[in-house]
Amino acid sequence: MCEPLHSVSEHLLRDLAPQVLGAVIRRFHDFADAEDAVQEALIAASVQWPREGVPGNPRGWLYQVACRRMTDQIRSESARRRRETTVAEELERLAPVSEIDTGLGQDDTLILLFMCCHPALSQPSAIALTLRAVGGLTTAEIANAFLVPEATMAQRISRAKQSIKASGAPFRLPTDQEQTQRLSAVLHVLYLIFNEGYVASVGPQVQRLELSGEAIRLTRALHSGLPGNAEVGGLLALMLLTNARRKARTGPNEEMIPLDKQDRSLWDQSEISEGIALITAALSKGSISAYQLQAAIAAVHAEAARVEDTDWPQILTLYELLKRMSGNPMVALNHAVAAAMVKGPVAGLKLLQELDQDERLAGHHRLDAVRAYLMEMSGDLTGAIVHYRLAAERTTSLPEQNYLLTQVARLSERPIP
Amino acid sequence: MKYILLMTGTKAGVDTYKAWSEKDVQNHFAYLTSVRNDLTKSGEFVATEGLAMPHQAKVVRAGKDNTPITDGVFPEAKEFVLGYWIVDVDSAERAYEIAARFSSGPGPGGTQVNLPIEVRQIMTRATAE
Repeated sequence: MCEPLHSVSEHLLRDLAPQVLGAVIRRFHDFADAEDAVQEALIAASVQWPREGVPGNPRGWLYQVACRRMTDQIRSESARRRRETTVAEELERLAPVSEIDTGLGQDDTLILLFMCCHPALSQPSAIALTLRAVGGLTTAEIANAFLVPEATMAQRISRAKQSIKASGAPFRLPTDQEQTQRLSAVLHVLYLIFNEGYVASVGPQVQRLELSGEAIRLTRALHSGLPGNAEVGGLLALMLLTNARRKARTGPNEEMIPLDKQDRSLWDQSEISEGIALITAALSKGSISAYQLQAAIAAVHAEAARVEDTDWPQILTLYELLKRMSGNPMVALNHAVAAAMVKGPVAGLKLLQELDQDERLAGHHRLDAVRAYLMEMSGDLTGAIVHYRLAAERTTSLPEQNYLLTQVARLSERPIP
Repeated sequence: MKYILLMTGTKAGVDTYKAWSEKDVQNHFAYLTSVRNDLTKSGEFVATEGLAMPHQAKVVRAGKDNTPITDGVFPEAKEFVLGYWIVDVDSAERAYEIAARFSSGPGPGGTQVNLPIEVRQIMTRATAE
């Protein structure tokens, strides 16, 4: 019955967390306290299992430990109120263990995701609570991933729980009418977690929890709960196809390597084929969402063995659809690049002129970076230097700034024709 | 987004603390601690440190064979970083709001000191391709 705890068991713990939490909530009807109790059970397991081995029924073990914490707490609260009889009453009210459905709680993961990504929560709170309650991560691990102290992260989690309590959200799946809107909030939180992890992955960050991997794991869980949902499939595909390029997008000195300069042999082929299969299935389901289109664009890049094999007309068509759908100025920027690749830099630069009026892009470094790139394509090296330099001054990302300054230096060394 | 709030001052400015009463000093530090605790509660606190007095500050350059060449003592009017807070917030405006709270700590007799706080964004390592 006993086996040593290694990373496999760590995954087991994280995967069991939402199932155990769902069962404890069903028994005690208190999300906030149940969540604390399960967190304590997870921490107890991470200390005890490596020493004593993984128990034969790990889910039952975690459930029992969490329930004991809950009962202890109810007892001590009752004692504090000097109302001894209520212990028995409160325990009576709870369903006996035999009636609790401790079977595989696939739905519980879904319910918990909808709860933790409730629109009443601020984004940092929703992210933190999702990683803890659904992801089964400890507060310390989450704090470390976001480079903030544990006490700060603990407060974000407790604020999240207060917001859930105040919202009065019941522990059940949203109704069909609510679901579409609530699902987009869930997908957005998962997407933010993924992007948070999408950072240069060398140096001191190596020891940090890998947030992109966690986002993929949670999106997978959502996908297996809603296998027919094309939007979820699209987001999972987008994450996998983006993550496949992870090793190729950073050089040995943390320098950023753009898509057209990446060593494509470093791309993860298994993530690519899974992503392509998912997006193909999602697109065949009819309705088309922004995540699906982004994934489809990533798939077209992934299918090009060499940068010169890229099917730019196909990418341009997809960006045209995406631009019409989202109204996001970043999409419009990428659309201008795709247009330049198909019709030449002048066409791309003309599209950028339209974006100069967009307030959301005013002073944004990406507008300057794209303009510099297209000016260089068109042979205007002086203009390119000016805009690469402006972009370098405006970015708040260190690897991007280093990249942009390198472009300034590269062009400045060239003789102007 | 993370911001660093740098509290800056001159040696001459720092020396005026010597004229504060014990009560004034206690009130001032209690105020800074309470703002810091509020930031932990709001989930925005990242780090804080105070630096040793500017009187001990040295500027160092590498000399021949990388031997350190130190520079100091400095004139009274030179600005020094006295300490910093790092916060994780949703917007630049929120960082300015927090900086103003630190700036408005009580001085002698409870009058606000309104120390200058330099607010700078900390760069991320996140990138877009």
